[in-house]
Amino acid sequence: MIEIKNLKKSFGEKVVLKQINAVMEPGKCNLIIGSSGSGKTVFMKCIVGLMQPTEGEIIYNDVNYLTMSLEEKKAIRKKIGMLFQGSALFDSQTVEQNVIFPLDMFTNDKYNVKRDRVKEVLDRVNLKEDAYKKFPSEISGGMQKRVALARAIVLNPKYLFCDEPNSGLDPQTSIVIDKLIKEITEEYATTTIMNTHDMNSVMEIGDHIVYMHHGEKEWEGTNKEIIFSNNEKLNEFIFASEFLQDAKNMRTIQETGEIPKDVHEDVRDALEDKFNTDMDGDGVIGSNQ
Amino acid sequence: MKILREFGQYIKMFNGMFRMPENKSMYWKQFMLQCNDIGVGSLGIVGIISFFIGAVSTVQTAYQLVSPIIPKTTIAQIVRDTVILEFAPTLTCIVLAGVVGSKIASELGNMRVSEQIDALEIMGINTKAYLILPKILAGVLTIPLLIVLAMALGILGGRLAGSAAGIIDPSIYDNGLLMDFNGYNVFFALTKSFVFAFISTSVPAFYGYHVKGGALEIGHASTRAVVVSCVLLLLADYVLSALLL
Repeated sequence: MIEIKNLKKSFGEKVVLKQINAVMEPGKCNLIIGSSGSGKTVFMKCIVGLMQPTEGEIIYNDVNYLTMSLEEKKAIRKKIGMLFQGSALFDSQTVEQNVIFPLDMFTNDKYNVKRDRVKEVLDRVNLKEDAYKKFPSEISGGMQKRVALARAIVLNPKYLFCDEPNSGLDPQTSIVIDKLIKEITEEYATTTIMNTHDMNSVMEIGDHIVYMHHGEKEWEGTNKEIIFSNNEKLNEFIFASEFLQDAKNMRTIQETGEIPKDVHEDVRDALEDKFNTDMDGDGVIGSNQ
Repeated sequence: MKILREFGQYIKMFNGMFRMPENKSMYWKQFMLQCNDIGVGSLGIVGIISFFIGAVSTVQTAYQLVSPIIPKTTIAQIVRDTVILEFAPTLTCIVLAGVVGSKIASELGNMRVSEQIDALEIMGINTKAYLILPKILAGVLTIPLLIVLAMALGILGGRLAGSAAGIIDPSIYDNGLLMDFNGYNVFFALTKSFVFAFISTSVPAFYGYHVKGGALEIGHASTRAVVVSCVLLLLADYVLSALLL
């Protein structure tokens, strides 16, 4: 478990994070969501130790990361795997060399053992052997993300951080990456913390969600609760997608039998057609006149 | 103020660089890789430049020594001393500041911008020790060797050019090389080469490691690294000459 207490981060006069309290639950996909500039990347970088917070505590299993000695911090970092927004693969190394790198650095295993482990994790992220000898520039963005994910999990991390893993990917590949992250979280029992503004990811894999707005934690809950939240700022963010607005309306109708007032007339008719009932009481079902 | 702040950051860069490596064999591999990049990778350009510098020195020295009472061996002596004292260490290092310096700055800058350095940090690797220190050590080891080679090739270039242009007979040139040779000059040149090697690698590493932004900033950092390295090389050249000669 990672607990964040009163976290504050400023750059000069500008306060980017304002007294954030949150708990990243173990064995779950914890999502930090928010629009661009809301401070979620800075928040993640503070948690992972790439940035020094101005105030507050980051507690990894009852120990404050910020007061740890260098050796203690190194020990924690060996339990962390991170998938970066741009993959951050080493340009001069092949796919196989990228994934074997943490094993070379931190284990004394024989080459065969390390190679087997590399094959195991690359298989796990569904990467075929013909890509092993390729350089990052020779593979697609989605494959790069999978290689980066394989590198992040090769040392069996306890904590998995993913910074906007779907950035720059098509929707189909994004779903594949999301599913992989979810499956790996369950298989490796990692505490996964993921930064995203992709609502598909939120709905698909968000076990625990922290919504950030202008450097503040605005809302916290699960993907089951998020659709029905009354938080205006959160609603503005999540219902920027018409699809999700429709999904919310559909759920409301299914659960209450009432059509929300703000539903567009065409959508209302389509919903009446689908449920074959006169939901708005105008004497007409759907678009049939 | 900016200069002082940069200087402070440069000094701070060395803080934490000298720590026990996470894995000695990986650091050794990185060191050898850098020796190959900096040393072997620069052999061609150093060879060409030093050969022609020696050749031009011979021709120009002969052009200026018009008096019949000055023996021809003097040409070889002048070429030998200028090549050893100045041309081989200083010119070679200025060229290396451009070739090696821009490579180091852009490599580290690219790693910073593409979050590769962050990825190493997350793994618990001391990035200053793993990425910068091997470059500096490789430079300090290989650049003096390149300069010794540059001295030899410069003198050889002078010999061949003198002979080809009919300025000085090779045997007279060889005699001149041995006359009044002062071994301290080589010591001075090597002392300079160690200092220059340190500047040509650590300054670009500093600018590359601290890049913020994108591709444009990598270019700026690379240019700045070369310019600052060259200025510092010339300044160090003057200070060392004033102190040691």
